[in-house]
Amino acid sequence: MADSGTARPGGHERFDPYERYGWYEAVRHYLLFAAAWTRVAWQYRVSVLLLAVGQFLATGLDIVVIGVLFARVPRLADFDLAEVGFLFGTSCTSFAVSNLLFGSVERIGERIRDGSLDVMLVRPVGLLVQVATDGFSPRRLGGLVQGVGVLGLSLAGLDVHWTIGRMLLVITMIICGIGIFSAVWIAGAAFQFVVEQAAEAMNAVTYGGSFLTQYPMSIYGRDGMRMLTFLVPLAFLNWQPALYVLAKPDPLGLPSLFRFASPLVAAALLALATAAWRTGLRHYRSTGN
Amino acid sequence: MRGSVATYLTVARCSARRYAGYRAATAAGAFTNTVFGIIRAYVLLQVWHQQPGLGGYDASGVVTFVFLGQALITSMALFGGGIDLPERVRSGAVTMDMARPVSFQTWWLADDGGRAAVQLIIRGVPPMAVAALLFDLRLPTSVGTTSTGMASAGIGGVIGTWGLFAVSVALGFLVSFGLRYLIALTSFWLLDQRGLESAYTLCAVFLSGISVPLTIMPGALRGLAEALPFAAMMQIPADVFLGNRTGASLFAAIALQAGWAAVLLASGRALTARATRKLVIQGG
Repeated sequence: MADSGTARPGGHERFDPYERYGWYEAVRHYLLFAAAWTRVAWQYRVSVLLLAVGQFLATGLDIVVIGVLFARVPRLADFDLAEVGFLFGTSCTSFAVSNLLFGSVERIGERIRDGSLDVMLVRPVGLLVQVATDGFSPRRLGGLVQGVGVLGLSLAGLDVHWTIGRMLLVITMIICGIGIFSAVWIAGAAFQFVVEQAAEAMNAVTYGGSFLTQYPMSIYGRDGMRMLTFLVPLAFLNWQPALYVLAKPDPLGLPSLFRFASPLVAAALLALATAAWRTGLRHYRSTGN
Repeated sequence: MRGSVATYLTVARCSARRYAGYRAATAAGAFTNTVFGIIRAYVLLQVWHQQPGLGGYDASGVVTFVFLGQALITSMALFGGGIDLPERVRSGAVTMDMARPVSFQTWWLADDGGRAAVQLIIRGVPPMAVAALLFDLRLPTSVGTTSTGMASAGIGGVIGTWGLFAVSVALGFLVSFGLRYLIALTSFWLLDQRGLESAYTLCAVFLSGISVPLTIMPGALRGLAEALPFAAMMQIPADVFLGNRTGASLFAAIALQAGWAAVLLASGRALTARATRKLVIQGG
């Protein structure tokens, strides 16, 4: 830390975290920071392993709950176990990857409160890269095994006529799901610039979003589905593409183009979230300590 | 041991004030509890539409059950936390706590009790209020029959139900504190008690009833879950609130809560004595 205080001759060259900060640089910095934090975490490897096991079991409980429910009824909202498993698997896989990539941003509230965000701001590395890798730990991948596992089991159990189109859509929806969840994480972090103590409200959209997309969206009723399509477009995370893959009618009767709109929605949400992040950062005022 | 009731009440009041202070965080937390309650209610309603009366609840009964769970999560500390003891052991500040002329365990009980009381209101009332707007809830004030078909006994019965609910919540809190205090005390021996805390959280989330009512779990699992202390933290208070337990079954449920509270608090007392004798202060 000794060198961080040395002033550059001729004053500071202003570093703008966005302009002239290319993708290549951002990814390179991301990997560097993630590797550094992983080395830190690995010093406490028993802790990391225990926490990963904890996350693993917590996700496992969600599966057990679905099992308990299906022991009582054969279908949920006209979806059988394999079909709910498909929704669970896609949602859980996308969430686990997005959680690894961006989940650490939830710590930004603490960083703002204790003033250490200021330290990050003076480093010549994009703030989003630093915040996203803040305390980066492989334990955040804890839910991936279940996601992929349940997805695999459900694919084996689904009664679906597999075409190239359907297979491609499954891969696309997982990638778009990662994009949509990542946008949610970034928007949540941006929101914490406005309300510092709002970390827990973020959980409603991040963990809540992952929870609600594990089930067929038709259980939330017509108003719920409209809200989740047009207001908080989590319907595009796995529900809309799944309707095509599983050859089911849309209860809202929305145009069939909606089944394939996930990439557009993911791109739009990511653009909106990064815009919100920039706005939040522009309005950031240090706590001053 | 030592210390007057007034001392402990002051401790509880200070703790309550501390937890009442973070308005934005409280609103954020209550919002999240509400969102999860809404999702969970819709999921369970799907099951109850197909199987009305499953587990002894009708549709409005199970929705009320879900939101009672969301209302109790923070107060009962089902995700853990609430007792700062481990950090104080690690930092050495625990010597201050021990130097006080009061009972160590009762001090922490008062501290956690103040927290639980204030969180019962600020984290419990908002989810219930939103739920009352969105769903058809089953409150003890509703006239007519309870979910089990028992005729309610008018205004006296309503007050009685609220009173029993208050007793059941208080006992549930004692069980929750008793268990978390024992885990916190292990920090005198273990460098990192977080593994135990995660185990507590996992058990509390699955076995207290906040994920699914214990009454719909398959046979043996249900029997086990209903006998464990986690049931005392949510399932039993919710059943008392819904009027699902009467007569001998009600008595047995309250007795189970009281029994677990007594066992856990007594164990905590015994372990406190050993912990305080064991403590070695690092450095000087």
